[in-house]
Parts: sequence; C-alpha cells; structure tokens
Amino acid sequence: MKSRVLVITSGKGGVGKTTTTANLGTALAMQGKKVVMLDTDIGLRNLDVVMGLENRIVFDIVDVVNGNCKIKQALIRDKRFEGLCLLPAAQTKDKSAVTPHQMKNLTNELRKDFDFILVDCPAGIEQGFKNAISGADDAIVVATPEVSSVRDADRIIGLLEAAGLSNSKLIINRLRNKMVKRGDMMDIEDILDILSIDLLGVVPEDETIVVSTNRGEPAVLENSSRAGEAYRRVARRLLGEEVPINAQEDTSNLVDRFKKMLKLAR
Amino acid sequence: MLDLLARLFGKESTSSKDIARERLRLVLVHDRSVASPEFINALKEDLIKVIQQYMDIDMEGLLVSIEGEDNSVALVANIPIKGLKRAAGD
Repeated sequence: MKSRVLVITSGKGGVGKTTTTANLGTALAMQGKKVVMLDTDIGLRNLDVVMGLENRIVFDIVDVVNGNCKIKQALIRDKRFEGLCLLPAAQTKDKSAVTPHQMKNLTNELRKDFDFILVDCPAGIEQGFKNAISGADDAIVVATPEVSSVRDADRIIGLLEAAGLSNSKLIINRLRNKMVKRGDMMDIEDILDILSIDLLGVVPEDETIVVSTNRGEPAVLENSSRAGEAYRRVARRLLGEEVPINAQEDTSNLVDRFKKMLKLAR
Repeated sequence: MLDLLARLFGKESTSSKDIARERLRLVLVHDRSVASPEFINALKEDLIKVIQQYMDIDMEGLLVSIEGEDNSVALVANIPIKGLKRAAGD
C-alpha cells in the first residue's frame, strides 16, 4: 500500500483538529495500519496529552529536523497499538523552528515506515500552517456548524487549493441533532452548499469526548461512544470502504418532511 | 401543541440557522473577493481603461473596494474626475 500524508486542519482553533487526529490515528491502527501522528503545533503541543503519552516524551519534532536525534528515537510508541506512533511538537520553541522544506523531508522519510502520516496542524494561517501542509498529499478540513468555523474553513480551503491541495475532504464536527431539528444549527447540507467540498464524515457532539480526553484514551476505543463510532467510520472510508454517513445524523423525520411539504405548497 | 403549530407555520423563517446561512453567504462573497488583491487590481485596471474613454480621472485618488452592508455586498468605487472629454463630433 502506498503511504499517505494527510494534514488535519481548520483555520479556527478549538474545532477538534487534535481530537480528530488522535481518533483517526487510533482507528486506523485498530484496522491494522501503521500510523504516525505528527504534532506540528510547536509551542502549544497537545496531541501527546490527548493520546495519554505525555510522560514518555524525550525528543521532539524540532530535535529531529535539527539532527539532534534520529527519527526513531523521537517516535513515541502508543500504549495500545503496536503500529501507532506519535512525534510530539516542541513546547519551548516557536513555529519558525521548522521550515516547510524540513517538513517535506521529514514526511517523506516517514513514508518508508508508515501507511498513514497524520499531520495535526496548528490553528491559524501563518508559518505553522504553511509548515504543516507542505508535505501533505491531501487535507482533511475540520469544521463545526458555526458561522465562524465555516467561514475559516472556506478560507483554509482556498489556501489549500492555492498550495496545490485541491482534493480536500470535510469532517463536520460537534453536530447537535436536536438543534438542527429545531432550526437552530446549520445542517450538513447547508455547510456542504457553502463550502462545496466532499464530505468525509460527520461527528456528533458527544460528552464522551471530554471524558476520553480527561483520561488520555481516544474515544474510538470506547465502543459505546457515538463520536468514537463516527471516527471509526471515517477511518474505514479513508481505507476505501463505502460507509454511509451515520443514520443517526439523518435529521429528516415525519415533522420535517411535513414541514418541507408545506414549504413547497406555499 | 401550540408550540408544534407555531413550528409548522410562520416561525420557520426566523430560525437562527437561516440567519447563520445568510450571514455566511454575504461574508464569504466579501472574503472570497478580498482574499485576492489581484482580483481587485485587475478590476481596477479595466475600470480605468473604460472610464478614461469618457473622462479624465485622478488615478491617485481612485479607490475600489468590495464592502458588505446590512443585507448586501456592494462594489464601491470612488473615482475623482479631473475633467470631461469632449464627445467626438462636437
């Protein structure tokens, strides 16, 4: 299998890039793939704590690109899956500690040993973003159903296209079915209309994400987690399987259909 | 029951997601055009070419921008005129 470098990005902060990276990485490893997750948020690293691997860090991504250590010395093996690794960001440097050229070399080096290289991108559109996307084959854009997040996603999609990444896929995160039903949250269709990119998955708002982050155990490990289930489905789609968007995300019920009919009649 | 009726009739048009969608639509028209200064510059140059056939304009003072108002997005051009050209045949 040819390895793939995927950057997980969003523009806006706090929409779930790191959570998405951790869960997709873990879900792909559950499917037997060799996966490395790169935290490129230098100065504000967090993928380590979401994965529960913060106590094992010795070297980081800046050490690797500066040649202070070998890649293998900096890679942290996951507690649960043999084929899952994390390359943590440096916490005491800033985004300029890595260049796009170095990132490209690093991801190319990692292609030799891994099926998937997931790059967790920092928020913003500056140096950190440019670094994160420079080695990527494709991008996964994460957005929540809010005006600010969708607006930033639109900007990011434009910047990705300008950088030659024109096949970006969208994950809609933290969708609240109840709010969609009462017309107080944009639905999947609204967002796809505006952004006009392909949908990769829809993750419902789910308290188990907070619990799993508290514990440092990605939600995909929890069978009963709805968000975890959604991420497992995204992982299967990434592997080429045709998995329909979760039935529970389908908002049409009898009342909605009746309303639609009335709307047509008016 | 009243609530259900209210939801079926009338109230729907003021749902906050419709407001969100409309605001996004407008802000993105603005964002997408402003995102490229090349776009504005190309537009400016073409405008100058056409207008110069009819009048002398102050190129230094010329301003072209895309601005969002309450419910619409407008192309705003401020073009100081130095003098009119005489129409051919006068």
